[in-house]
Amino acid sequence: MIDAETRQRVEDFLLDCAWAIDEDDLEAWPGFFAEDGRYRITTRDNEARGLPVGIMLCEGRGMMEDRILALRTANIYEPHRYRHVLGRPRLREAEGGLIRSDSSFIVIRTMQDGRMDLFAAGNYCDLLRVGNGRVTIQERAAVLESRRVDVLIVIPI
Amino acid sequence: MNPTAGPGAVMPAWPEGGVSRVPYRLFSDAQVYALEQERLFRGPVWNYLCLELEVAEPGDFRTAFIGETPIVVARDGNGELRGMVNRCAHKGALVCLAERGNRRHFSCIYHSWTYHLDGRLRGVAFRGGLKGKGGMPEDFDPARHRMQPIRVEIFCGLVFGTFEPDMAPVEEWVGPTMGHFLKRNLGSRPLTLLGAHSQIIHNNWKLYAENVRDSYHATLLHTFYTTFKVNRLDMDGGILLSEGAPWHHISYAKRATLEEAAEYTQAQVHSASYDSRLNGPELLKTEDEFDDGITHSVQSIFPTLAVHFTLNSLCVRNFVPRGLEETELVWTYLGYEDDSEEMTRMRVLQANLTGAAGLVSLEDGCINEFVQRGTRGSGDAAAVLEMGGRGLESSESSRATEVSIRGFWSGYRGLMGYA
Repeated sequence: MIDAETRQRVEDFLLDCAWAIDEDDLEAWPGFFAEDGRYRITTRDNEARGLPVGIMLCEGRGMMEDRILALRTANIYEPHRYRHVLGRPRLREAEGGLIRSDSSFIVIRTMQDGRMDLFAAGNYCDLLRVGNGRVTIQERAAVLESRRVDVLIVIPI
Repeated sequence: MNPTAGPGAVMPAWPEGGVSRVPYRLFSDAQVYALEQERLFRGPVWNYLCLELEVAEPGDFRTAFIGETPIVVARDGNGELRGMVNRCAHKGALVCLAERGNRRHFSCIYHSWTYHLDGRLRGVAFRGGLKGKGGMPEDFDPARHRMQPIRVEIFCGLVFGTFEPDMAPVEEWVGPTMGHFLKRNLGSRPLTLLGAHSQIIHNNWKLYAENVRDSYHATLLHTFYTTFKVNRLDMDGGILLSEGAPWHHISYAKRATLEEAAEYTQAQVHSASYDSRLNGPELLKTEDEFDDGITHSVQSIFPTLAVHFTLNSLCVRNFVPRGLEETELVWTYLGYEDDSEEMTRMRVLQANLTGAAGLVSLEDGCINEFVQRGTRGSGDAAAVLEMGGRGLESSESSRATEVSIRGFWSGYRGLMGYA
């Protein structure tokens, strides 16, 4: 049973994580994960077929930090921003005292010239650890509805 | 437009300089695009359609494209592989809507015409009418109506299709050097699918065909390697063009340090890690799989196929034209059936280097669009391709060359009526 207070904390946490991305506070993003946390972006089709290669995979915060450093210093792309809109999470108790959270997201991408597109829609399939006054992500799979990505993904979803 | 007109009628005049010049108009002219569908894609080429493992069992089918033409590949009840245009012989509707699946026969949803898995017409709904009225004429002959067949052939686990009845077999068509390398990467052990996704790039398909052959840009645009002090992939390397068919190419690199280590240890297989500034160096943990020292390769097969093998990451790229200025780039990641868990893990992690979010390759998602946008209103202007000379010789010692792009254009010019 997930109590109301826990739900409130989880919902605030999920919003904070999305806001960090949308407000370009990307250096803070790995901090939402456990040190050995796992982050991946994949497609509904790959998930349904149990295929391990998706679109992005970070095992541990180090790889997440590399991703952020790469987009700041190495990767070349047209400037753009995201705006996440999250649905209310479905929460269930999972093994090891973790909470399984599923929440729908849509991401609207705005390019530097003002063009806006519905860039992504999908489900955050999360395993969260709640305790000691904080929430951390143990595992997050951003499962995209579509197998098609428009142009490229450089900012994590 | 007269589809049979010579290049002068539809195609832009080619400037002096042969394959060292490319008119920008080729990337944004709708008439050129339409003529390519006929002369190039439905002409004398083998087009990549799908993987053999996607149509392994009787009844398996997979939809694909030759240029913009919709295709179905199916394994019939006898285990024969069949290819046909995905179009009902009645009114032209798509017959297979699903991307893949397994069927005993095909059925068009519009008027329930049904087809055998080889495309022969099996049944016409209400052919005899209802209650003795209506129906097809007495002399309607189902044997004269079928889904249009194409030739299909499997080579190294890849299924190719062609509209041209007189094509040489794929292996002969790609030539010995290309065939040998496809066998190395895809033909030596049974393949397994690790994952797939695609990327919509907003440029003409030929800009990606150039980009995938462009070894000149690799270390200039894609700065991930140098930024993170990862070993550079431009050590020993070169460009091989197919004998007599320079529109197919291989670009390869060898990590010299690995070669040295191999000489010392005499080991068949050994691990090596990069000296890098990565916080997550696990990403580039790699294992040597071949004894030729090649640790990175990109191979293109004209017109819209490329295979890369970067460290341990093996991937088939198929770029499908979706309109004059839109291309779908499909990334299909592969392993071998007998891979160890550790090897699969390396392949999965190294997939981060490429694809729509590839640490190395993601720039290619936008760079071709920048050319598309930059060449608008360019009139008769042309690209300059003189890096590494103006000819079509393989470059076995350097990848600072545009020879494989010139090779692409030599094939294109031949098919489109210039040469």
